[in-house]
Amino acid sequence: MNFDALISEFGQHTVDGLSKGAIYALVALGYTLVYGVLRLINFAHSEVFMVGTFAVLFVWTQVPFEGIPSPGQAVVLLLLALVAATLASGGTALAIERIAYRPLRKKNAPPLIFLITAIGVSLILVEIFGQLLPDLLGRALPELFGRPRQLVGMPTIIEQKDLFTIGHVTVNNIQVIVVVSALVMMALLDWFINKTRYGRGVRAVAQNPETAALMGVNQERVIMLIFVLGGVMAGAAAVLWGIRAGFTLNSVGFVLGLKAFTAAVLGGIGNLRGALLGGLFLGLVEVYGATLFSTQWEDVIAFVVLIVVLMFRPTGLLGESLGRARA
Amino acid sequence: MSQSVDTSVPRIGRLDAVRDRWQNLPKWQKSLGAVAGIAFLYYLPLLGIPGLTWFRTDSIEGGSSWAGTLFTCAIYVLVAIGLNVVIGLAGLLDLGYIGFFAIGAYGVGLFGSVNSPVVKLIQERFDLPATWAVGWVLCAFIAVLLTMISGVILGWPTLRLRGDYLAIVTLGFGEIIRIVARNMVGVTNGPVGISAIPGPEGPPSSDNNIFGLVDVKPWYWLAITFVLVMVFAVRRLEHSRVGRAWLAVREDEDAAAVMGVNPFKFKLWAFAIGAALGGLSGMLFASRYAFIDPTQFNANLSILFVAMVVVGGSGNMAGVALGAVLLGYLPERFREIADYRWLAFGVAMVLVMILRPQGLIPSRRRARELKDRAAEAEEAPAHV
Repeated sequence: MNFDALISEFGQHTVDGLSKGAIYALVALGYTLVYGVLRLINFAHSEVFMVGTFAVLFVWTQVPFEGIPSPGQAVVLLLLALVAATLASGGTALAIERIAYRPLRKKNAPPLIFLITAIGVSLILVEIFGQLLPDLLGRALPELFGRPRQLVGMPTIIEQKDLFTIGHVTVNNIQVIVVVSALVMMALLDWFINKTRYGRGVRAVAQNPETAALMGVNQERVIMLIFVLGGVMAGAAAVLWGIRAGFTLNSVGFVLGLKAFTAAVLGGIGNLRGALLGGLFLGLVEVYGATLFSTQWEDVIAFVVLIVVLMFRPTGLLGESLGRARA
Repeated sequence: MSQSVDTSVPRIGRLDAVRDRWQNLPKWQKSLGAVAGIAFLYYLPLLGIPGLTWFRTDSIEGGSSWAGTLFTCAIYVLVAIGLNVVIGLAGLLDLGYIGFFAIGAYGVGLFGSVNSPVVKLIQERFDLPATWAVGWVLCAFIAVLLTMISGVILGWPTLRLRGDYLAIVTLGFGEIIRIVARNMVGVTNGPVGISAIPGPEGPPSSDNNIFGLVDVKPWYWLAITFVLVMVFAVRRLEHSRVGRAWLAVREDEDAAAVMGVNPFKFKLWAFAIGAALGGLSGMLFASRYAFIDPTQFNANLSILFVAMVVVGGSGNMAGVALGAVLLGYLPERFREIADYRWLAFGVAMVLVMILRPQGLIPSRRRARELKDRAAEAEEAPAHV
């Protein structure tokens, strides 16, 4: 155990952990939204994120620019990527809901059936991007599908630059962009759910679907809305992932999805602010843990955190609620 | 009633009629049929009946070894029977079953191979010759025991969780096992893997007359023997007090608890027994190939195992066995789809869940349960 490294670089690790956790938090929102309303773990959400990363890659490889783009170009590229990724991810999430979950809901299928379907959907999406699309489009879009099932690098949009130093801690521009954009997205979502008319519908269905229906809330529309919202957040996460990690592959969602789910549970699944807290917390724990034990144990740390949380505080740090906790 | 329910009812009826006829046959005819069926299973690797040779995987160009495919199918069936206890009978979704398979494989590898760090440590400690290793039979016991223990260790803290949480925790467990096998180089040789894993005749060498690396037929016969024994054992278990308790817990945990069935205890049993079968299968896998490394145990296989159970018909042993054979055999015989096998598995899972959630050969009880729920949904459409 390497305590010295942890203590001497504590501040630096904290900044790293926060920027990592911000992405977890955004993806975690998708799990939390769906769970809050349907009490269903949307296993396929990790693939919603994966589709988003490919949309980002598509924009950044197909829009022509040379070298490192100027700040103005970078902003345009980021916005384009955001639009593409949110459309792709939101559309995927909506399609999953319509095609896979809706027929099951009509039949009142037990939770096990939903879970298995979600796994199947997840496998389908991973394989479409790992095999089907490379076979079909490998030649037309070699930058995206030229190397199936392999890491594909993304072009650098923003060059990493150190912005400022506090004490021993140096903060770079990418970390600031990631954390700030994640916070802005989450604030928007929080406002949407808590302050708008649509958000009120979501909360109403989360609290009591039957009463909400009696009060004139269109339940089906609410369910579609939450899937799209979750997808949009995953799309935003995909853009930040593109800036921070700079690569993607067809199975990029698997581990990230598990961690985002852990973050959602950690904060209290169904609780929007809990997802933020859980994501940041998990990012920190992971970076600290990786420093203590070595990075090859990084993934194990998240799973162990998940098991410990579920054992001792299954409702998470902030408790379950989207509206109020349901029994 | 929705369209899909309407179409599936008569089909279950036809299958049921076949089943009923079989059950109503006189006892001697039934045993004769069973003996003939078993004899055919043992004859399969030699399959040479004109017309049926089309089924052999080596009947196509560049096809893989027929006995090898049969062996794979047999250990998949073993896995499916074990996972069926967990998913089909006890109703617990285990997405980390590959973890138990890996523990079984590593169990025999770590104690039976002269190349394993564990064996080397024991040699040093007790001044044993460098050729010494634990015998295969003992290794097999150790492997199964280890998986059973790990099943209990995983189940103890997690089986009190809600079903969906359990699924994710087990998924994490499967990954942890793989990462541990990769990282603990001092125990498992890490990414290098373990070679010279013994079979029933001892470590692999050219002197072995029966269980060699080239001729897979004896391995298939060994595996199918294990399968038959386990089918018999699990069948007995299914119809015992334990089996009834599993069904009760699956259908309504609270009601079962009120009736004096301790849900936790029986879930733990299901987990341990399921794990042991996974371990047994992993043990056979490691012995047959005489080599294992961590990349052979990735999470996709867990999903494949779940797909075998649910596509075949969870809760029904014949169903899950069919699922295992289909998913193991089809990609080998039809090489054109080999690249798309995972996509096909995913599509099959989703389609079966939406159109025929009880699986290809359903368990009657499970089919009724699902129909009841669908009927409830018709009565109270406001329910989510």
